[in-house]
Amino acid sequence: MAPLLQIDDLHTQIKLREGVVHAVDGVTLHVDPGETLGVVGESGCGKTMTALSIMNLLPTGGSIAAGSISLAGREISKLSQDDMRQVRGNEIGMIFQDPLTSLNPTMTVGGQIAEAVRLHRGATRAQALDRAVEVLELVGLPKARERVGEYPHQFSGGMRQRVMIAMALACEPKLLIADEPTTALDVTIQKQILELIDGLRRRLGMAVILVTHDLGVIAGRADRVAVMYAGKVVETTDSTRLFGNPRHPYTEALFHALPDKAAESRERLYSIPGIPPDLVNPPKACRFAPRCKYVTDRCRSEDPRLSGEDHGHLFACFHPVGAAGHKLVPEAASELAPAARVAANGDGEVLLRLEHLVKNFPVTKGAVLQRKIGEVSAVADVSLTIRRGETFGLVGESGCGKTTLGRLVVGLEKATSGRINFQGKDLVKSTGRDYRQQRRKIQLMFQDAYASLDPRMRAGAILREPLVIQHIGTRREQETRVKEMLDHVGLPRSATERYSHEFSGGQRQRLGFARALVLSPDLIVADEPVSALDVSIQAQVLNLMRDLQREMGLTYLFISHDLAVVRYLSNHIGVMYLGKLVEVGPADEVYLTPAHHYTKGLIDSAPVADPKLEHAKVHTGISGELPSPINPPSGCRFRTRCPRAEDLCAEVEPPLVSFSPNGHMAACHFPLQTPMPAAEVSTAAATESVEP
Amino acid sequence: MAMGPMNPGLSESVLEEAEPSEVSGLTAVEAAELGLTPSAKPRGLLRRGWEVFAENKLALVSIGFMIFIVLFCFLGPVFYATDQVHTNLGQYLCKPGGQHLLGCNDVGYDQLGRLMVGGQVSLEVGFAAAIVSVIIGALYGAISGFIGGPVDSFLMRVVDAGLSLPYIMVIIILSVVFHPNVPIMIFLIASFYWLGVARLVRGETLSLRTREYVQAVKVAGGTGGRAVLRHIVPNAIGTIIVQATFAVADSILILAGLGFLGLGVQPPATDWGSMLSNGLQFIQGGGYWWLIYPPGIAIILTCIAFNFIGDALRDAFETRLQRR
Repeated sequence: MAPLLQIDDLHTQIKLREGVVHAVDGVTLHVDPGETLGVVGESGCGKTMTALSIMNLLPTGGSIAAGSISLAGREISKLSQDDMRQVRGNEIGMIFQDPLTSLNPTMTVGGQIAEAVRLHRGATRAQALDRAVEVLELVGLPKARERVGEYPHQFSGGMRQRVMIAMALACEPKLLIADEPTTALDVTIQKQILELIDGLRRRLGMAVILVTHDLGVIAGRADRVAVMYAGKVVETTDSTRLFGNPRHPYTEALFHALPDKAAESRERLYSIPGIPPDLVNPPKACRFAPRCKYVTDRCRSEDPRLSGEDHGHLFACFHPVGAAGHKLVPEAASELAPAARVAANGDGEVLLRLEHLVKNFPVTKGAVLQRKIGEVSAVADVSLTIRRGETFGLVGESGCGKTTLGRLVVGLEKATSGRINFQGKDLVKSTGRDYRQQRRKIQLMFQDAYASLDPRMRAGAILREPLVIQHIGTRREQETRVKEMLDHVGLPRSATERYSHEFSGGQRQRLGFARALVLSPDLIVADEPVSALDVSIQAQVLNLMRDLQREMGLTYLFISHDLAVVRYLSNHIGVMYLGKLVEVGPADEVYLTPAHHYTKGLIDSAPVADPKLEHAKVHTGISGELPSPINPPSGCRFRTRCPRAEDLCAEVEPPLVSFSPNGHMAACHFPLQTPMPAAEVSTAAATESVEP
Repeated sequence: MAMGPMNPGLSESVLEEAEPSEVSGLTAVEAAELGLTPSAKPRGLLRRGWEVFAENKLALVSIGFMIFIVLFCFLGPVFYATDQVHTNLGQYLCKPGGQHLLGCNDVGYDQLGRLMVGGQVSLEVGFAAAIVSVIIGALYGAISGFIGGPVDSFLMRVVDAGLSLPYIMVIIILSVVFHPNVPIMIFLIASFYWLGVARLVRGETLSLRTREYVQAVKVAGGTGGRAVLRHIVPNAIGTIIVQATFAVADSILILAGLGFLGLGVQPPATDWGSMLSNGLQFIQGGGYWWLIYPPGIAIILTCIAFNFIGDALRDAFETRLQRR
């Protein structure tokens, strides 16, 4: 069978002010009709540039320097822009990462889809609109005929991505390029969209190139996989073989850096040292050599070619994984294993206790008078307890209130009602000087480290600022303290002289961590600290957080949408849904025996980097989308998406009931586990209330 | 670059900073995990800004031209002394030549000398009006944006009201009431120009106020004043300075426009716009190019130079460009 798309030795360059970035450097790929090719790699490895090269949509300064791209036997890399327009959207469809910025906000969605049809098919306005309705129905948009006249902002994130897919499919392309199609979406929606793309591929018989950084996404969906690193394909084979037997050390290291695998053992994550090479002056040798565990002198002087023992499995390495004498040793794994965890599982002193915490944001209308027209219920009656030395993980989809909860704890928002008891004092009531003193005990690690560091200040000044504000020590003492903190987070002391943009993403998150530590806090609220980082860098930061927790006896409130990361790091997990805490308990108990349908759905939706497991779990996950928090559903807030919902759920709000003596509780009328009898619950509650 | 696994023997010389981390339980290998490339001595913000600025050759030429024009206007009369007070009808429209390099105008003032004197007025008014309006506008905008709420709404409605007045008409009325001299012209131009600056800075403050590094101050227990002075103002200063540069060009242009309408400073004082207006009477007769081109070209080149400098400054203050 002739391949649908054949890329041969593609070189794509981007000219910058200083130098030329060799973004794609000799990539050879092919896609057969009807198959899904996964392209994986970390940010900056050239996977998006490869996709854009195919579409000839390179950014300013970008050009294809050499190589060929042929679609169904026709060379398309040298087509003029006019001819290329006939290919784009007609023969090749593309879905971009962010469905909001990819849709024109001033056009109706129907109009945008119809535009493509009219351009390529010469259809009349009415015919094109009919086609738009047809494809919108195809992508599962409810009431498509009524909604074609709506604008993008009237759609939710998941629905917008469906519209994007509909637009890409309107002219029945033979090839669909999906560039990180689900990265901006929640796991439950991600699963729905991936299933949709997969289903459409089968029904329409088109080929798909799925570009992503997420190995889990690839595992369930791709027939074949190409792993990219520093502008080159380093390994390519079918997905079963890649996941079962990775040969390139980079592929192997990527797998080992995933927190999924280490979640049960809580072993230290394997992290790839260093950062990818600069593509302005790429090394002449193997580009992975400086970060590789198996590196030899040959790797540093020669560039390995893509080759393999059999035709279906190619890799560019002199010392492939699995060859004689190679075994990846997880660094000092056993030594740091579960010690801290066991201690915290027991009865450390209660550090933070939230009691019936409520936060409503007013919704106002009008510029001057600002009439209040409603309320967003961001956090609704949440009670939880965090003990000293433990990590409490808070998970949930975006919009579930987990970030607001974190902001309430650090004092960036004022609670509407309820109590935040921190070391016996109610933070909601305390004011003025007393409050400022308490501030230093709870610090925040921001999600976007870059945005949280003042671009006009040197790192030294940024780290010193909390000490200056709290009037701690002399200038000299403060500077010493800053240097100590840099040592702790593994940054060189010379970092004080630099500005935040001179650091890489992982280094910035370390700086943010150091700033949180500088006041010696008892509790650190970490709001999605690793979600913007690549897998290998994420592993570095997670390891660091665990090391310092052990060393300094820190307590974390760890907020994340990524269940695998939360499970890896946390002793206790709390699951939030639309402002409510729906399940809470010891990490493994919640993960392995979830009682709430939402928790189970979240676990099932999260993609796992194992094709067998991924293929096994068809038709699970959660349907539908998050309802509006302005008018949350009555009774159980999850009932609109719950597979077990009955009339009772709409009438009575389920209370939290216990499922084990370890404090595993969930709020569900029809739980997946059998609750403990009431008598035992009361004794468990009694022991709980005695000890603080 | 030493990014590979660190040889312990080398770590002290190459990455001496990594060494103390062993104390805290981190190994040298882990320090290398960071991929810290030992870079040259970090450059200061101003220096990096200057490097970006210097890449813009037009801006460098513009700076050179600006220095030249300032020296020409203020030091020129020392070397090329002319009588710009007494009319001398004997030199009525004399052609450029040995004694009068750019000829004379209709009342016998030496045109080159007049260009210097007029330039003094134009530059003084331009700079002063720009500085006054930017200071007032920036403070007003920053306060309005930072306080927010009803106060912001009120302050901005005041600005809107000001901007809705047709400024030429108001200035015409005011210049009839007052006798237009340099301070009055500065006041008149600044009193309108600050409105736009206030709006711009307020917008900038609004976006800076919600930045996470401003929130980080709050998390550390800091006050609003600290957030404004240490974080918001330094980050808005780029916008303010760039705006000030454009303000100079705009003020010179407004003054020229007023002068052209005959509403500029009164004779014997003059400015480039008034000179242009004066020369226009003789444009029909033909041949009197020295009355039109010198002031016209001076106005155009000065304004273009300031605009180029403003563009380059905007790049220089953009931290994202500095890293390249």
